[in-house]
Amino acid sequence: MMLPRRRALLGLTAMMVGGASSLAWAHAPTDRRFVVIILRGALDGMAAVVPYGDRNLLGLRGEIVPPQPNQPGGVLDLGGFFGLHPALAAVHQMVQAQQAAIVHAVAAHYRVRSHFEAQDCLESGADQRLTSGWLNRVVAALQADPSQHRPLGPDGEAVAIGVNVPLLLRGPSQVANWAPHGFGHPNDSLYAAVADLNRDDPVLGPAIRDGMAARGFSASVMTDDPQDKARFSFAALAKAAGEMLAVPNGPRIAGLEIGGWDTHTAQVNRLNGPLKQLDAGLVALKTALGAVWSKTVVLVMTEFGRTARVNGTKGTDHGTATVAFVLGGSVRGGAVLGGWPGLTENKLFENRDLAPMTDLRAVAKGILGPHLGLSAAAMSQVFPGSDGVSGMGGLIQT
Amino acid sequence: MDLPTAHALVRFGLGRRVSDPLPSDPHAWLQLQLVGPDKAAITPPASSALGLEVARVERMMRRQEATAVGAATPENPMMPTVMTPNGTAAGGENPGRALYQAQAAAELAHAVTTQQPYRERLVWFWTNHFTVSLKRAEITPLAAAFVEEAIRPHVTGRFEDMVLAVMRHPAMLLYLDNAGSVGPQSLAGLRSHRGLNENLARECMELHTVTPLAGYSQADVTAFAKLLTGWSVEREKPPLGFRYRPQAHEPGMQVVMGQRFAADEDGGVAALRFLANHPATHRVLATKLVAYFVADTPPPDAVRRIEGVLRDTRGNLGAAASELIHLDAAWQPGTKVRTPTDLVVAAVRALDIPPDTVPMVGILGGLGQPPWTAPAPNGWPDRAADWASPEAMIRRIDWANGYAGRIGDRDVLDLATATLGPLLRPATVDAMRHAGSRRDAFALFLSSPEFQRR
Repeated sequence: MMLPRRRALLGLTAMMVGGASSLAWAHAPTDRRFVVIILRGALDGMAAVVPYGDRNLLGLRGEIVPPQPNQPGGVLDLGGFFGLHPALAAVHQMVQAQQAAIVHAVAAHYRVRSHFEAQDCLESGADQRLTSGWLNRVVAALQADPSQHRPLGPDGEAVAIGVNVPLLLRGPSQVANWAPHGFGHPNDSLYAAVADLNRDDPVLGPAIRDGMAARGFSASVMTDDPQDKARFSFAALAKAAGEMLAVPNGPRIAGLEIGGWDTHTAQVNRLNGPLKQLDAGLVALKTALGAVWSKTVVLVMTEFGRTARVNGTKGTDHGTATVAFVLGGSVRGGAVLGGWPGLTENKLFENRDLAPMTDLRAVAKGILGPHLGLSAAAMSQVFPGSDGVSGMGGLIQT
Repeated sequence: MDLPTAHALVRFGLGRRVSDPLPSDPHAWLQLQLVGPDKAAITPPASSALGLEVARVERMMRRQEATAVGAATPENPMMPTVMTPNGTAAGGENPGRALYQAQAAAELAHAVTTQQPYRERLVWFWTNHFTVSLKRAEITPLAAAFVEEAIRPHVTGRFEDMVLAVMRHPAMLLYLDNAGSVGPQSLAGLRSHRGLNENLARECMELHTVTPLAGYSQADVTAFAKLLTGWSVEREKPPLGFRYRPQAHEPGMQVVMGQRFAADEDGGVAALRFLANHPATHRVLATKLVAYFVADTPPPDAVRRIEGVLRDTRGNLGAAASELIHLDAAWQPGTKVRTPTDLVVAAVRALDIPPDTVPMVGILGGLGQPPWTAPAPNGWPDRAADWASPEAMIRRIDWANGYAGRIGDRDVLDLATATLGPLLRPATVDAMRHAGSRRDAFALFLSSPEFQRR
């Protein structure tokens, strides 16, 4: 019992938020699904999407660079310059099917190398930690738009999967949550009595109410087998997210997170596991979504990249630019986007990191506008202070 | 029981244990716990030498499994026998894991039975401040040793001594990767082409001491990382434990935040003492202590008082703990939400049953806080919003419902009154009176806001 549950708590958690909807939205913009996956701990973008065509790569980090395409254990080619890490086979297929785009040399708007400050800013979508996350404000923007109005379902406006709700999803829009559980359940009247006892508590009261709502919703749409030890894996949580998003009157927006990226040592070995889990999770999500995959966009992002040079312990330290993945049936995929700064010493950021070429908020806006129909004004609320950053074009099929 | 006593038992202590005598003067009761030695004695004993030996034997077993298939008679390694609290030998497939399970259970059992619960809460606080986590597998047999060797001896001592003990401890050196960090220009660095790993230096500055408040640069982090090169762990040959490897130490003087430090082991020690006694460190520690003992949003005047004590005493943690008791703001009941560990320990203390009859380690797994598994080096969160998520609250209720079966034929109202005294609300008493069974009544008590808060 201990191990799988512990794994779930060490970052392989998922959360989900969205709204119920009426039967009349078949052609409405809110028919679209949007999923955000946080890679918590800073993914080395140049390990996941290797610029094997850059002639300075081997000099900087030869001992951690995988072989060239078509060699044993080699990268999966993306058109002659970049190659995907071999653990990302499903992502490679999605790129070939033009359902995945990769933005390289991307960085969020801040320049710090602290995980915690960076994650606060990444999730807040602002220059400092706010009390709400940007994905929660996306939900608020959808609800505020009369053309996207839909009645609330009985389970409230939002549901999160995972024991904790991360900052990305916290805020004024209601969030309930769900996770695989291991304890037995009391009867409904005891739940009701406990909810009543806590009704006036400003923190515990709403949490218990939302938790009961989420249990009611999840119990009606999915099965959770307490004997299944794999049910805490990232793939299982991604499958759960997909099952909930596939429900016609279920939530529209989801977030998941997966850890294991802070590879200060032995990076080659330590990255295999998390990358495989990410790859398997994306497959599980796509499979569970079924036909709804065609209406879905998934954004995979991390707080910053890692040093261009290998460090003294065959790992990499905290850096700046990295990669973001945009995947789904609504994506205009097939390519690696964003400019490439090059890896000569004078091109490295602070003579150390891959230099940023694209603002991560431009990637997010390039999805929120065409895919979810958010106006420029709404996006200013989602990402305060970002008016000078316009959405990246060509990410979404129109 | 009067209100200050009831409050002292939950805010500073770990919840009332009904068989313990009620303190007659809550301030004096708390103060007395800060004097003299800590009486904790964990069985099995927790030491880094034992943890490293278990890890070494485990590596040897794995190597044999991997190589000697059907070859010569496998050597039978002498495994240190690990005794669990109920006297059975643990071990088998994964001795490090077994050691962890036994030690974690012993630490929790100690929290249930200790007569120095304020002191134990301070051990919890500082253990979380200097997080090491099983997220790195090497930490599994070392986490309890870290608590016992680096934290517990110093919770009423000097902060700089705690920092030094922490930074030399094998658990921290492995968790934040310093054990393999090599000065690029050192003998070992020039020979092996290995180099710097700045993880521990960065987190020590960012989380353990001055924090970004102090305005340091990447160059400061790199210089400090060079000062810490060679601070390593001997994992193969006895004596196992901390080892300074001069051949891996980066030569040359280093400048950290404007201060010059010599290139040897003493230079690293001096840098740590400098960071530990920096005014920004005092501010950070005061803020964190007040957030933990007063309210999620720490009142600035209370922070200033604790900061002043740390500054005036050059980081005397016992003096800071004593001052916390005397903050008026710390006597406002119910401002903090109990963490899962707090909740489960308080529930076992309330029922006053032998701690080894409750599988607390596994329960904490289900409630989201298994011992020493914080997701990242900044430790478990300390704010209500971080713990009171909808799913987490439902799990607490589910667990309380199961645990409430342990009530037997005891009188729940008596027990609730003896545990919380005047903190028990009439609404909860009323709900318990109307409950369908003793068990339901006890589950309601455990799920009430006054039991979920401290």
